[in-house]
Amino acid sequence: MPEPILRTNNLTAWYGDFQALFGLDLELSDGEVIAIIGANGAGKSTLLRSIAGLNQSNSNQIWFRGNDIGALRADQIAQQGIALVPEGRQLFASLSVEENLIIGARSGRPGKWQLSSVYKLFPVLEERRHVPATELSGGQQQMVAIGRALMSNPELILFDEISLGLAPIIIKSIYEALPGIVDQGISAIIVEQDISKALSVSSRFYCLQEGKVALQGESRTAEREDISRAYFGVVQDEACHEGQI
Amino acid sequence: MNWINALVQGVLLGGLYALFAAGLSLIFGVMRLVNIAHGDLIVLAAYMGLSTTIMLGIHPLLACVVVIPLMALFGYVLQRGILNQTLGDDILPPLLVTFGLSVIIQNALLEAYSADPQKMNVGILETASLSVGGLSIGVLPLLTFIVAVFVIGGLHWMFYHTGLGRAFRAVSDNQEIAQLMGLNKRHVFGLAMALSLAVTAIAGLLLGVRTNFDPSIGGARLIFGFEAVIIGGLGNLWGTLVGGIVLGVAQTIGAQINPGWQLLAGHLTFLLVLAVRPRGLFPRMTG
Repeated sequence: MPEPILRTNNLTAWYGDFQALFGLDLELSDGEVIAIIGANGAGKSTLLRSIAGLNQSNSNQIWFRGNDIGALRADQIAQQGIALVPEGRQLFASLSVEENLIIGARSGRPGKWQLSSVYKLFPVLEERRHVPATELSGGQQQMVAIGRALMSNPELILFDEISLGLAPIIIKSIYEALPGIVDQGISAIIVEQDISKALSVSSRFYCLQEGKVALQGESRTAEREDISRAYFGVVQDEACHEGQI
Repeated sequence: MNWINALVQGVLLGGLYALFAAGLSLIFGVMRLVNIAHGDLIVLAAYMGLSTTIMLGIHPLLACVVVIPLMALFGYVLQRGILNQTLGDDILPPLLVTFGLSVIIQNALLEAYSADPQKMNVGILETASLSVGGLSIGVLPLLTFIVAVFVIGGLHWMFYHTGLGRAFRAVSDNQEIAQLMGLNKRHVFGLAMALSLAVTAIAGLLLGVRTNFDPSIGGARLIFGFEAVIIGGLGNLWGTLVGGIVLGVAQTIGAQINPGWQLLAGHLTFLLVLAVRPRGLFPRMTG
């Protein structure tokens, strides 16, 4: 197994006054795609926010390419080559589509991704490049958010709920673009509510429950039953309630 | 003819008010910071111009080559050193800290320059005027207005056509996500304050050659600046110019009716706009 590109070491995080992550250990190999699954409030988004530096971590808790990035600010982590596609797109409303993409390249990291390659991946964005980003449809906005993250030529890209609130056909087209992204040698962590979707695009998965890793394994051989147990905890009644997501 | 004259003088005066307001508008737009010390910073710039003129023996308007960079540097250091620490979810700390700064600047100026009114002498420029269709237009007010148009036009261009402007807008939209783009918001805020105080330096110099100034007049300049920003609409730079003009015209028309009504007419116009169009005449389209 190659040297991990990312490693978290007893990672803890707080969401306001609540502790959201309780000593999480996770590893990601170079070029690997892993999925993070779990119920609402399990700490999935907090995990991504911690890696990206939006949540404060301590030194020695997150290692990226052999560097301790635990105590770095978000902008410093972005410079190191980690990009986050945030939940809910979060585009810059007063910037056009093209400006949103250009500002993604702000960190100045060289590489394959630039305006032309993003437009090749999502041709519809080129047609609408001068439109304010938030006037696009949800699916197109998601493409901008992904393109914006790619523009920094990251080595690790974090996807937070990229299918949330989108029509199934749009989700399908976005997931079809995913191999074109990770084939470039980019590693990825995918947080996703749709378990089968998450398992189909990843090689390994971590299932979080209440801020801890409840289950991990190979995505290909994952047992649905094990996952639902890890997903919802042991109490079956709870599972019924949460199952309505 | 008197009324037309008052109108024209008011428009030109509005240029100066727009310069007072532009710096305020800029930093409020970028970081939602209300700078209570803004008026005193304008006065500080005027005194810096005075000292530069005396020490280097140069024309007061040439002092800008010294005062603008100094004020910009002061702005960056002030932001990185103090104001960044006050920014957060609570809007009260920056208000209190800039209020304190206002008191400190006033007292420091009082200590250094005394309470005597000062003025920078620009010689023949002070009284020079152009005769246009029976109106007499002062060269200095006209110059002030032209500078204001260029400054606002320049800021607008910077905001919408440069990488720095993109960074300002991105940080203004969403500070958290902007950091994911590799933008250090503390640095971006520092640059915004530097730019704001560079504009303030221009405003202070033009104020100082136009009228007498003493350490206590900052408060009124702050109010004029605020009123221009609010009348024009928050976050709209050209709106700020219009706001300054509306305020200037209201004051000169008021003074034309009765010399004692100059300030009152300005404030009443401001309140009227606030009552009828609470978001100003030209609010920014988004948000």
